Amino acid sequence: MTRISLTVDGVRYDDEVEPRTLLVYHLRERLGKVGTVVGCDTTSCGACTVLMDGRSVKSCSLFAVQADGASITTVEGLAAPDGTLHPVQQAFHDRHALQCGFCTPGMIMEAVDLLNENPDPTDEEIREGLEGNLCRCTGYQNIVRAVRDAADALRAGRRPTAEEEVGVGVPHSAAAEPRVEEVPGEAVPRPMP
Amino acid sequence: MIPEAFDYVRPSTVDDAVRALAAAGDEAKVIAGGQSLVPVLRLRLAAPTVLVDIGRIADLRGVREDGDDLVIGATTTHDEVLHDPLVARYAPLIAEATATVADRQVRHLGTFGGSLAHADPAGDLPAVAVALDARLEIAGPNGMRTVPAADFFLDYLTTALGVDEVLAAVRVPKLPGWGTHYEKFSRVAQAWALVGVAAAIERADGTITGARVALTNMGPTPVRARAVEQALVGAPATAEAIAEAASRAGDGTQPGSDLSASADYRAHLATVLTGRAVSAASGL
Amino acid sequence: MTVTEERPAGEVGSARRRKEDARLITGRTMWTENLSLPGMLHLAILRSPMAHARITRLDVGPALQAPGVVTAFTGRDVADVQGSLVCAWPVTEDIVQPAHPPLAVDEVRHVGEAVAVVIARDRASALDALMNIDVEYDELPPVLDMEAALADDAPLVHADQGTNRAFHWVYDSAQAGAGDDFEQVARDADVVVRRRYVQQRLIPSFMEPRSVLVDPTSDQITVWSTTQIPHILRVILALVTGVPEHKIRVIAPDVGGGFGGKLQVTPEELIAFLAAQRVGKPVKYTETRSDTMIAAHHGRDQIQDIDVAARRDGTVLALRARLLANMGAYLGLVGAGVPILGAYMYNGIYKFRAYRFECTGVFTTTAFTDAYRGAGRPEATFAVERIMDELAAELGMDPIELRRRNWIRHEEFPYTTAAGLTYDSGNYEAATAKAMQLFGYDDLRREQQARRESGDPVQLGIGVSTYTEMCGLAPSRLWGSLRYTAGGWETATVRMLPTGRVEVVTGTSPHGQSHETAWSQIVADQLGVPFEDVEVLHGDTRSSPRGLDTYGSRSLAVGGTALVQACQKVIDKARPIAAHLLEADPGDLEFSGGAFRVRGTPEGEAGKTLAECALAVFAAHNLPPGVEPVIDADATYDPANFSFPHGTHLCAVDVDTETGRVAIRRYVAVDDVGRVVNPLIVEGQVHGGVAQGVAQALFEEAVYDADGNLVTGSFADYTLPSSADLPDFITDRTETPALEHPLGTKGVGEAGTIASTPAVVNAVVDALRPYGVTDVRMPCTPERVWQAVSTASRKGGQP
Repeated sequence: MTRISLTVDGVRYDDEVEPRTLLVYHLRERLGKVGTVVGCDTTSCGACTVLMDGRSVKSCSLFAVQADGASITTVEGLAAPDGTLHPVQQAFHDRHALQCGFCTPGMIMEAVDLLNENPDPTDEEIREGLEGNLCRCTGYQNIVRAVRDAADALRAGRRPTAEEEVGVGVPHSAAAEPRVEEVPGEAVPRPMP
Repeated sequence: MIPEAFDYVRPSTVDDAVRALAAAGDEAKVIAGGQSLVPVLRLRLAAPTVLVDIGRIADLRGVREDGDDLVIGATTTHDEVLHDPLVARYAPLIAEATATVADRQVRHLGTFGGSLAHADPAGDLPAVAVALDARLEIAGPNGMRTVPAADFFLDYLTTALGVDEVLAAVRVPKLPGWGTHYEKFSRVAQAWALVGVAAAIERADGTITGARVALTNMGPTPVRARAVEQALVGAPATAEAIAEAASRAGDGTQPGSDLSASADYRAHLATVLTGRAVSAASGL
Repeated sequence: MTVTEERPAGEVGSARRRKEDARLITGRTMWTENLSLPGMLHLAILRSPMAHARITRLDVGPALQAPGVVTAFTGRDVADVQGSLVCAWPVTEDIVQPAHPPLAVDEVRHVGEAVAVVIARDRASALDALMNIDVEYDELPPVLDMEAALADDAPLVHADQGTNRAFHWVYDSAQAGAGDDFEQVARDADVVVRRRYVQQRLIPSFMEPRSVLVDPTSDQITVWSTTQIPHILRVILALVTGVPEHKIRVIAPDVGGGFGGKLQVTPEELIAFLAAQRVGKPVKYTETRSDTMIAAHHGRDQIQDIDVAARRDGTVLALRARLLANMGAYLGLVGAGVPILGAYMYNGIYKFRAYRFECTGVFTTTAFTDAYRGAGRPEATFAVERIMDELAAELGMDPIELRRRNWIRHEEFPYTTAAGLTYDSGNYEAATAKAMQLFGYDDLRREQQARRESGDPVQLGIGVSTYTEMCGLAPSRLWGSLRYTAGGWETATVRMLPTGRVEVVTGTSPHGQSHETAWSQIVADQLGVPFEDVEVLHGDTRSSPRGLDTYGSRSLAVGGTALVQACQKVIDKARPIAAHLLEADPGDLEFSGGAFRVRGTPEGEAGKTLAECALAVFAAHNLPPGVEPVIDADATYDPANFSFPHGTHLCAVDVDTETGRVAIRRYVAVDDVGRVVNPLIVEGQVHGGVAQGVAQALFEEAVYDADGNLVTGSFADYTLPSSADLPDFITDRTETPALEHPLGTKGVGEAGTIASTPAVVNAVVDALRPYGVTDVRMPCTPERVWQAVSTASRKGGQP
């Protein structure tokens, strides 16, 4: 067992894990973060996408030990504490960008990542930016529309700070495993792949 | 699925990594980004007893200039390569090919050195390394050694790396003034290349004065299209001359037949894509 | 289509944002795999790596010693109690129905078949212990090719059955009295075009892998499953396991897509049920994607020999379809019926005088096949729409002109086809005209001509598909005549809560189709209550005890009609109560806007709302004598006919003749799905349906190698298109209401998939026709397109 520390949706968790535990199973089965799902076993579908230190990763394709020290944002930590949806979530709702909704957590997180890097993408850039996320219901068209809308909304509104974007420091009611107090301002080393 | 159990070590220096590998013998695997390795472990197609995570060794990461060379740390992520100003300036071919690797999430974790060490014949970066005559710096129990890219890739998923060695960095000659292009052909956006062509072309007036062309997935290892290069150097930079040179792209290759494509089709694609890659690199 | 521009008076027709989204976009979802119960154990399944073999040794003893393992067992251990999976659609009297044990007992018949299980305290331990199971196989010859399987000396998939032929089913318009004899009519025709089409095997590829959790610890054994069919599952679990039906509760919580792929009672469900009974604790099984690929049912996989006979002027006369349909190793729940469902659609929208259909079901050592989006109808539509293009080429006619000459004209409805179905309504002229205009058909034809003349290496192809389909499955009486063992009705319950809110129970079981939203819209209009005040319950046999679930574009057409009828019953029941409270004659009351008023009373005058009636029956202090204190109602609707959505899809492709790459340049879909409850949802269904049909045309194929290994066994090899591989689709509608159903809706879930595949392939072939190409096998991969061009070019073809 290896001891790791993760900040997930603003809450820090210290746990002993088996090295073979994939990050997504740690999130789901240990921390109760079942909003992030597993859709395949070949790093193909992207349903498990989360942000790690602000960048999207497929949480089924790295071990929890590799993420030690990182800050993770899942779809559960994206909305504001008062429940206000993130513009990408809102746009997915408004544009009917989901049907069964299984790919949606990963799709939304990847869209957030894409817009962090490219706030004003063309449709083609959106389509290419989401190439690592499979959806079987929508044919992607409404997803592209939603991401475009979200880009507009994000540019029109206040740009969230990087800290908010990754959910650091946002109070969260999740209570799963032993919880330790956040040390504000402490630099979290970015785990290197 | 869940991989078989293994021990995990995370050395903080290259020396420690080499020591950890030596101690584990051939039961160990190096992990950096893990984007090739983790799926293999999940499907239980491999079951190392020790994973040596070199992902946090600061010395292995980043891009720097060294005289006429660019030195890319092995664990520099694809995403970092893609956004690196030195790469953009001196080795745009690497950035172009990297942009086609898998998807954004994978590029955030996957590493430049990892792609080379994995040595998948369908991987995009090995052909680029071969085209650019990159030299691979390898750390082992007896210190560092350097292997030219052409000698690094030995066979399907097999490299010159010993079990107790770590790929540390890749040294790439700067090619100022050369035009480059990576032409990739795959079934769907996210898929591996059926065939890929890495091309770097130097022109003076209307004549091609330098040509480096290498092919992805035209055999168990990346191959240099020497016949094409020879036909190009000294030829006028015209569509006709390029097409004539590109028709030799299949010379000396051993493309395989698999689910994705037959050998014949690969051989045909190699000529078409070489023509397109060279044309683009020549600014046509 | 700009859905927001539509402003209907009521809820029905408005582009309501979905109720379902709130949980799905925030990760507060209840997938089966999310569930965890106290004491829950995990099940792992050892699967056969062999396509066909006798199990010569199978010992779970070493696995029992592994850490964390609670128990393990094999097919032989449970041979007497595990029963057999069920074929619910024995299409002929003499159909061969081999036993289908959930766990193989002596012999395995496809790669991925379950042979043993381990139950352990955690998932990893269960998987680890699988590796300790001692198993040996004695290899038997695989049976992979359907035609070879039917040869006299072919090795048998089921030796005890003596044949690989599962069934032979025939429809003949002359025998059915719906038309003439094919042979006779074809003899007199000027032209007979004959083609063979191959419907490649597809993998449904719902995004949520299948999962099942069985809790045997309560009075009712509770089964959570990623299923489209909780009600059917409950019945079959009872029949197979012997556990009384009233002691089983089935729940389909949030289900992540199905596309027919979860229209199944699976070996895994029965295995988990059995395991939970044996250990007396909750047991969960969640498959990996690799498991899904090899073990969940596949779709399509037919060989179609099609003949069309016509006059030189383009009048079609007769059609014949002779099919081989790959059943795989066993008969799935409705797998044998899939090609039969297609049988009624081969004639499409055209007026054939004679039609004959023959289908032979064939066993092979592959995963069993069953419903996949469209189930038989996409295959039929593909065949007729492809061969209409071939006929047009043969006659030198524009493919749309050929269709126009032969389709049922708007004024000819209702029309009984040579397949014996009566189409109630349709307007093919309107849909086609709209599609051609949106597409810019004439301009694209001109551009095509120019590119042909200039010898452009990138050729332009134009494909059309004027499809119809039968939806709203199904009239129970007709189901019975086709030997399907269940009915086709659907049910709904409307409960008026004392506070005026409404609970709706539906027997349909959505898994992405937005029933919670659409059903709320219908109830809001029917009862005059706010959309937000309606809660739709589904997918739990405790709250929704009756239903036939969701497949075949049936839910709105059939279940929606039941819902309307239940609402009408609520109003009927409330009327005497309102009259009593208003001291009026029930006959003098009219109901609108959620309230009863004496006829002639101005709007705004005091009436009695449904909410007041609901409160009145709750208190029951002041009801008319003899009136039962309830206004809740349920209704069950059994349709008298199918509904027939139709439409015209047009596709333009750029084909790079040097590489064979096909790129969709423009795609227009004009669908007529009748009245629309929610245009946002309808558009989404069309987008997704078209994407899946395009994927069959260009990308997807399940491939077995010569040993019977599935070589497309993961998402890395089975090339599902991503956003970067698909274009935007231009969608629009015409609206010709279905006459059969009071809502006028027809069904939309499968339309896009049915229509798009032939439109795309027609476009690919059209691009290459100047080279002499007459077909490209699906999926039209770059290599196949290149091969077609090079082969034709060698024969002298050129643009």
